[in-house]
Amino acid sequence: MKQTEVPQQSARAFLGHSKLLYALDEHGRYAATPCSGWEAEEIVLDQAIAEFERRAADAWQRARQGRGSALEYHMYHRRMDLVLLAQSTGFCKWRVRRHLRPGAFPKLSDRRRQRYAEALGLTPAQLDTLPEQP
Amino acid sequence: MNAASLPLEVEIPFDHRQSAHCESGVISSLLRHQNMPISEPMAFGIAAGLGFAYLPFIKFGGLPLFAYRMPPGSIIRGLTRRLGIEMHFETFRQPAAGMQALDQYLSRGRAVGLQTSAFWLSYFPPDMRFHFNAHNLVVYGKRGNHYLISDPVIDIRVECDADSLRKARFTRGVLAPRGLLYYPRYIPPRLDLPRAIRKAILYTTGMMLHVPVPILGVRGIRLVSRKIRRLDPREEHYNRLLLGHMVRMQEEIGTGGAGFRFLYASFLQEAAGVLGKPGLAVIADELTAVGDAWRRFALHAAKMCKGRMPLDYGLLADALLHCAQRERSIYKQLRAEIKQGPAAFRAPVREK
Repeated sequence: MKQTEVPQQSARAFLGHSKLLYALDEHGRYAATPCSGWEAEEIVLDQAIAEFERRAADAWQRARQGRGSALEYHMYHRRMDLVLLAQSTGFCKWRVRRHLRPGAFPKLSDRRRQRYAEALGLTPAQLDTLPEQP
Repeated sequence: MNAASLPLEVEIPFDHRQSAHCESGVISSLLRHQNMPISEPMAFGIAAGLGFAYLPFIKFGGLPLFAYRMPPGSIIRGLTRRLGIEMHFETFRQPAAGMQALDQYLSRGRAVGLQTSAFWLSYFPPDMRFHFNAHNLVVYGKRGNHYLISDPVIDIRVECDADSLRKARFTRGVLAPRGLLYYPRYIPPRLDLPRAIRKAILYTTGMMLHVPVPILGVRGIRLVSRKIRRLDPREEHYNRLLLGHMVRMQEEIGTGGAGFRFLYASFLQEAAGVLGKPGLAVIADELTAVGDAWRRFALHAAKMCKGRMPLDYGLLADALLHCAQRERSIYKQLRAEIKQGPAAFRAPVREK
């Protein structure tokens, strides 16, 4: 890729920053070149974020209807999944799966609640509450 | 939350330079800080950072891992081992102890590298924040409750509050940083670059060509090509996620373009000068062409994800196969080029 071919498509996600690519200058020598965004990257980044948002919205619906817990919403909202939440709390997967059910979570002890709160960067009280909008 | 940290006002003069990748960028900056200028591509090449791996048993959000480089940590370790540089590594059980140690190094005037999660760093643009635990950055000072940070993938100097940094350093899970903190402890007065370059190129090409596992190296690329050709057309949603994920690992996470291929080609150009082997520069041009093919693959895959191009798994699989075949021939030429040369260099090229 030549420096003149480095895409400069000002990605929204970069917030005005740029990243560095290596590209060829006019003498065919490699030089570090700033890139403000590329449509291919933007598409796949949007896709990854949209997938988390879709899961969070589904979980929000379920929690509203009492078929799921707020914890599940917070998990996807923090861009985690079951495996990641289990790893970052140190609970095993089946246990987290149990806690994601609406019945089990409110009975959790304060110490375990604290572990979820720490992993998700929330206060223990926030774990129970849903925002107005997903 | 952070009772252990000292009230500290310190700023160590540190030259912030943006780089393509976090790990090669941090080690290159730390060495430059100690008057040992090594460019990012040179650091990446000598570390034998280039690679390819398809790891279906490691899942992120239900998707397999695609890696275009060697595992996290191996760039710093590989580079310093081949050059005889000694690193100081320190991890902590208690977050408070880790933050206190950081403050102590800063107050003694030492800038240090840290391994962190990318999600909890407050200065990261929100859309770029994902749970990846092997990000690297340099802390060069502290002002009030904020740390002064040179993050190699960001174009400017940044700051992060103490609580966020503590959280980023002590996340749990895969590749948990455990507060890892590091700096070069000893740098030999003379570095034998030519020898290190030869060893590293033989290591990388050996890994790409001859490791007897189908999920690594050129065979790994061919395997992924087969997997994509055989994707079940009924699972369109999953297939799009998979392709998008692969493109993110190749381009979006900071690879210098084309899954580190451009970075490595840049290293080969520089190595051609150091070794006096113009042949390497010719091979670098070929690797650049393969990098362009990888970029075309990424663009097509992304457009297919978005529905701007009809989903055509065969087309993508052919593109990957093309990359695999050309890379195979490049690594063979590289090996031949390195192995022919003055006898003094040829003797022991065994890797530890």
